[in-house]
Amino acid sequence: MNKQARLDKLKQALTAEFADKVTDVSSLASEITIEVALEDLIETLTSLRDKPDFDFDTLIDLCGVDYLGYGESEWKTQSATSSGFTRGSNRHDLVAENNDLRFAVVYHLLSMNNNHRIRVRVRIADGDPPIVPTCIDVWASANWYEREAFDLFGILFEGHPDLRRILTDYGFMGHPFRKDFPLIGHVEVRYDPEKGRVAYEPVSIEPRVLVPKVIRHDNRYNLDGKNDKKVEEGAA
Amino acid sequence: MSEIQNFTLNFGPQHPAAHGVLRLVLEMDGEVVQKADPHIGLLHRGTEKLAESKPFNQSIGYMDRLDYVSMMCNEHGYVMALEKLMNLDVPVRAQYIRVMFDEITRILNHLMWLGAHGLDIGAMTMFLYCFREREDLMDCYEAVSGTRMHATYYRPGGVYRDLPDSMPQYQPSKWKTQKEVDLLNEKRSGSLLDFIDDFTQRFPACVDEYETLLTDNRIWKQRTVNIGVVTPERAKQLGFTGPMIRGSGIEWDLRKKQPYEVYADLDFDIPVGVNGDCYDRYLVRVEELRQSNRIIKQCVDWLKANPGPVISENHKVAPPTRTEMKDDMESMIHHFKLFTEGYCVPEGEAYAAVEHPKGEFGCYVISDGANKPFRLKVRAPGFAHLSAMDEMVRGHMLADVVAVIGTQDVVFGEIDR
Repeated sequence: MNKQARLDKLKQALTAEFADKVTDVSSLASEITIEVALEDLIETLTSLRDKPDFDFDTLIDLCGVDYLGYGESEWKTQSATSSGFTRGSNRHDLVAENNDLRFAVVYHLLSMNNNHRIRVRVRIADGDPPIVPTCIDVWASANWYEREAFDLFGILFEGHPDLRRILTDYGFMGHPFRKDFPLIGHVEVRYDPEKGRVAYEPVSIEPRVLVPKVIRHDNRYNLDGKNDKKVEEGAA
Repeated sequence: MSEIQNFTLNFGPQHPAAHGVLRLVLEMDGEVVQKADPHIGLLHRGTEKLAESKPFNQSIGYMDRLDYVSMMCNEHGYVMALEKLMNLDVPVRAQYIRVMFDEITRILNHLMWLGAHGLDIGAMTMFLYCFREREDLMDCYEAVSGTRMHATYYRPGGVYRDLPDSMPQYQPSKWKTQKEVDLLNEKRSGSLLDFIDDFTQRFPACVDEYETLLTDNRIWKQRTVNIGVVTPERAKQLGFTGPMIRGSGIEWDLRKKQPYEVYADLDFDIPVGVNGDCYDRYLVRVEELRQSNRIIKQCVDWLKANPGPVISENHKVAPPTRTEMKDDMESMIHHFKLFTEGYCVPEGEAYAAVEHPKGEFGCYVISDGANKPFRLKVRAPGFAHLSAMDEMVRGHMLADVVAVIGTQDVVFGEIDR
């Protein structure tokens, strides 16, 4: 069976099985993504693993995503002010105001027997801290991935037996991969010869943007007319 | 009488057998490991966060520094994700060059692993033998990219430049006489492809040499047979990929199962193990050395016969040549935009995986239509493997912990990211 046929078959099986639960099935670049509601998550993942049509025996990857500031550019290129186009980028720190649907957890699954992949996304409706049930009982490899997502994004995995930080330093404060955590961090360390130990101090370097983030809607990628509307909106 | 307690032992992070900066907290009952708790993150640099702050192309160099013994394979995963998002075609010659360098990288990685694994459990000579051949392959990296390790050679749409017609030459110095230099330069007198061709001729004999030292060696077998056994079912549960899962007897290789670039046209075999112990994984990796050599040979033959472009002609993504820039205004603008602002990638997300020497290396890129990734997640094979450490060493002796670290082929550049 070729790749496209496998993909179509999986898509059919997905719509047949999860018609009521899955909120969105989309495929881009020959990858299938489904979005699941938080309360159906574990049930969906378990049947993705156990039903022979899916047979997703391996959790390839699990990661957190912070959607704060998605689609916002630092440099406006569509419209000019009375003094012309802006010349550079004034750095603005992202401030979290509304936590609704800010965080998501993305699972990448692989079936070695059926040779197909799927991506499952669960958006977390509210809350700081965001809470997701653990899938450690479905795949054992979720253990460290969930610890990583907790460490970097502060997503809590309910039922995880050992939710400690994993990548950051002992005693680290904050969750560094959140979009409102500055790239340069909050503290710097140096050896203090007077105190005879390593000292933590507030960062002294100035944050700066070397290349501003620019969003350009390119007609070459305008495959289904989706981008047309956005360009008009941007111009208006 | 006081109660008998387990003994807690700290291993690393500065230990030669820790393969970098692994810190293991071991709970010991006498000499038997009851529990292992790996502490990682001592090399965490926040690569994924850094990538969010710069244009797409500027992160290629960071990929080299993830798994710093298989540099070009990391780049490959990253550029493939971008190509998927932009729906970009890669010239066939560039695909062959990539496959050839992926396999050179696989040999580089496996030689480093074999040498270090041998050294860890008492086979000193292996290290010296392996580094002898690694040197030649490092020269290939240098010839094509100018650096011996962090190549930054792959680009979305192809590779940075075509293969060079000449190899760098050795110069006599106070360490090398004219006679020794002549001997070294003899193989380097032709083009890079001639040099690689010559390497593929002599490499199988080198692998035989490694095998005479280890494969039937009584001590080697005592240290590896029945150590760290993983059943196929458990290997899937634990997210194993690459030689780790093939050692457990599952024939899973992305180059065969989900072929990318030109792997579908090439002839090679996938070795699998039977028992899932350290010895089987050793045999799998040694056989992969031979298979990679076969692939390289096929690529060299094809590349010698088929000249052509090595990077996409799409100048919205790949820069135009210097000569075009001199007399074409549009090329000039393309160049300027590419090197100041970079290119914008259409909104969407993609996951691209390659069969990295250690397993499945994948890059998950979310783009919101900007010139920088919105989120980049690197799926490092070693991360999943190391998380199974506790399960693999439980009930083994302290000395076997070193054998298991070796067999997992951990490199902290990719685990800590």
